[in-house]
Order: sequence, then C-alpha cells, then structure tokens
Amino acid sequence: MTTVSFTPALRRFVAAPSAHVEAATAGQALAMVFLARPALRGYVLDDQGALRRHVAVYVNGRPIGDRERLSDPVGPRDEIYVFQALSGG
Amino acid sequence: MDERLYVGTRKGLFELARARGSWEVYDAHFLGDPVSALLAQADGTLYAALDLGHFGAKLWRRDPASAWRELAVPVFPEKPKDASDDPHPWSLIKIWALEPGGVPGRLWAGTMPGGLFRSDDEGASWRLVEPLWRMPERREWMSVAGGEAPGIHTVLVDPRDPKDVRVGVSVAGVWASRDAGESWAIINRGMYNEYMPPERREDPIAQDVHRLARCAARPEIMWCQHHNGVFRSEDAGASWREVTAIRPSKFGFAVAAHPRDPLTAWFVPAVKDERRIPVDGKIVVARTRDGGESFEVLRKGLPQRHAYDLVWRHGLAVDASGERLAFGSTSGGLWSTEDGGDSWSMLDARLPPIAVVRFAAA
Repeated sequence: MTTVSFTPALRRFVAAPSAHVEAATAGQALAMVFLARPALRGYVLDDQGALRRHVAVYVNGRPIGDRERLSDPVGPRDEIYVFQALSGG
Repeated sequence: MDERLYVGTRKGLFELARARGSWEVYDAHFLGDPVSALLAQADGTLYAALDLGHFGAKLWRRDPASAWRELAVPVFPEKPKDASDDPHPWSLIKIWALEPGGVPGRLWAGTMPGGLFRSDDEGASWRLVEPLWRMPERREWMSVAGGEAPGIHTVLVDPRDPKDVRVGVSVAGVWASRDAGESWAIINRGMYNEYMPPERREDPIAQDVHRLARCAARPEIMWCQHHNGVFRSEDAGASWREVTAIRPSKFGFAVAAHPRDPLTAWFVPAVKDERRIPVDGKIVVARTRDGGESFEVLRKGLPQRHAYDLVWRHGLAVDASGERLAFGSTSGGLWSTEDGGDSWSMLDARLPPIAVVRFAAA
C-alpha cells in the first residue's frame, strides 16, 4: 500500500490524516484519498485537477515531475507527502 | 442604524459592535487567513470568503447562533480542448464579490478569473454562469493590476427585479443580464480610459471600472469609481456622464451610494496609478449631495499628516440609514461616522490590512 501524508498546516482548515491506498500513480493515490475525504481535494488541486501552484507533492522525498496530471508512478512501498511550497508573508 | 460591522482583513475577520457610543472589536474569526469577500444577510447569516495563499479560495457560512461551517466553493468546469487559447485560467483564484440574489436562497459570487457564479441553495452549491463565461468577448477582458486575471468585483441586483443583474469587471466595463444570467451584454457608454491607446479609449470593454454602487431606493442611479475618474449613470449603467467636480483627485477605488438619496455619494480619493496614496498624505472623504455637481472634502477626525492609507474597492460601506459609514485601509486603519461623514472617529485597534467592510442590522 502506498502511504499518503499531509502537512500539519492543513489541519487548521480540514481533516487530513495519513492514508494507505492502492495506486499506480501519485494522482491515483490522491484520488483514492479524496474519494473518502472530498473536502480535502480543493485544498490540494485546482479546478482542472492540477496541483495548486503553492502546493508540493513529493514521492520518497523527491518532487513529482507532472504537476498537471500527477502521472508519476508510485509503488506499494512508496511514501507520498503533500505540503505547502513556502510563499507569502 | 446598523449595529454590526464586519471587517475582512489580510489576517482574519473582525466583528465589531456598538458599545458606549463607539465601535469595538468583540470577536475575531479565521485569524491569520486573508478574507477576500463578506456577505452579512438580513437574517444574521454571515458568509466569509477566504483566499488561502497555498490552499486556494474557500467559503464559510455562519448561521445565526451557530458555528462556522465550510461550504463548497464555486468550481470552473473542465476546460475544453477548443479553449486552449483562452488567456485566462479555468480555475478559481479568489471570490471577490458576494451578494444576495433577491430571492430566497440565491447568491451571486463574482470571482477572479472573471467567472460569475450563482447559488440557489444559500451557497451549498454553485453553478458557473456559462452564458457570460462563454461570450467570445470575455477573452478580451484584461487582468487587474496585482492579480493574475480579470475579476468581477461588483454584482448589483435590481431590488425591484431579481432577474436584472449588473456586474462590474476589472478590467472590462459593465455587463448586464435581464434574465437572471441567461444572456448578457456589455452596456456602458460614455466612459473613457486614458491609459489605453487612443483608438481604444472609449471602447466599452476597455473601461477600468474599479467599483460600482447604486442607490437602493432609485436603482437606476449608479455611481462608478473608475481608474481615471468618477462617473454617474441615471439609466442603471447604460450611459455614463463624467463627474469632474470630484476633489482632491479623481483616482480611487471605493464608492458608496446613499441608500435613499439619489444625489448623495461618497468616495475616498487618492493619488493615481503607481503611487496610490492619499493626496498630500491626508486622508479625506469626498461627498457630493447634488448628483456630482459639487463635492465637500471631509477631513474632520481623519489623519491629516503623513497618512499613506489606501482604501480598496470593498473597503467603504454605508449602512441602511445613510448616516453611518465606515472605511478601512491598507494600513489597517478603520474610521466611522455617525453623521454622513461630517465627522469621523478612528477605531482604537491596529487591524491587519483591510479588504472589505460591511454593515449588518444586528
């Protein structure tokens, strides 16, 4: 199972516990999480399903390459981490 | 007079009430989060739109005597392949205007990147007003300074006919629908935009409308604070006449129309274009009571030395009485009046930069 974890910064707005899902890509993994928690989707993805500009998704500590469709492959032992790209003041 | 004042800022929503003859902050919500729009309904329901830096635009509602609850936000439909040359994103950037629709349950939301949305269930769900979004001219809308896209900042529903809706766009003039959003036309004539190339200066779609306001009792009377002047309309936004008597400058963002007197309106002028500060460092409010023929420059109680506060589009409000007003600034100053602007008092608080100020009855 692929592990999906979210930054604690999200918890102020919406419930975002870690989850274990079966998925072949980062996008599929997130979609599985959002199926169970629809309110979380809009915090991470924009209206077209792309990653929000100031949100980052890393797989095993490396940023994903496809921020539009999140097609980066993932395996059962991989760890996905969703967090904010720092900006603003 | 309205006894509640809601102030949306860069770092949260502040709830003010009258106490011992002045306004006092008695509660704060969403501390740390930017508030981009507010709506306080007559029944006490409050809506707050947030513009979270990382996590997008959000919408919350608080019913009377209840806790805050997150609602769905307006979402743009999937971008079709034939729209690949659309210069504007098909994704919500922020909610910039929230207005009641004049029928039970209906709300309008104006957004960046220029989509208008309608809800008929008190904000539980939203639908893009596609006829406006799909007009070919919409691709000509210009981005607002400081934003990444055009934005609908004003939605005015005719109090006599909820199907009659006007929207103000930065930067794209005034648009009207007389069938609750099914069809649209750009209607403004008589404005000019002096920063455009000469051949486009009077083009209706090239008009940099900063904010629109209308007289509630005489809805055909509308006022516009435009990028390069003040304009007034007597036919609900179709034709406009420049109000050249505005002092001390013709640039600004905010305008408030008297709810009953069609000849009275208030503005907060500033030095134009890139500087965007009060003229000579003095904060003033310009009031006309004769339809724009003349203006009084009101300054009693307002800072008159080294004040560099700017008042944004939604930062000035008048209550239902027409006597009580408040405005909030980019430096977090908040001033209010009980006598239509003759004298002002400053809120004893240092608020974050203020985007929106709204009154509510209670």
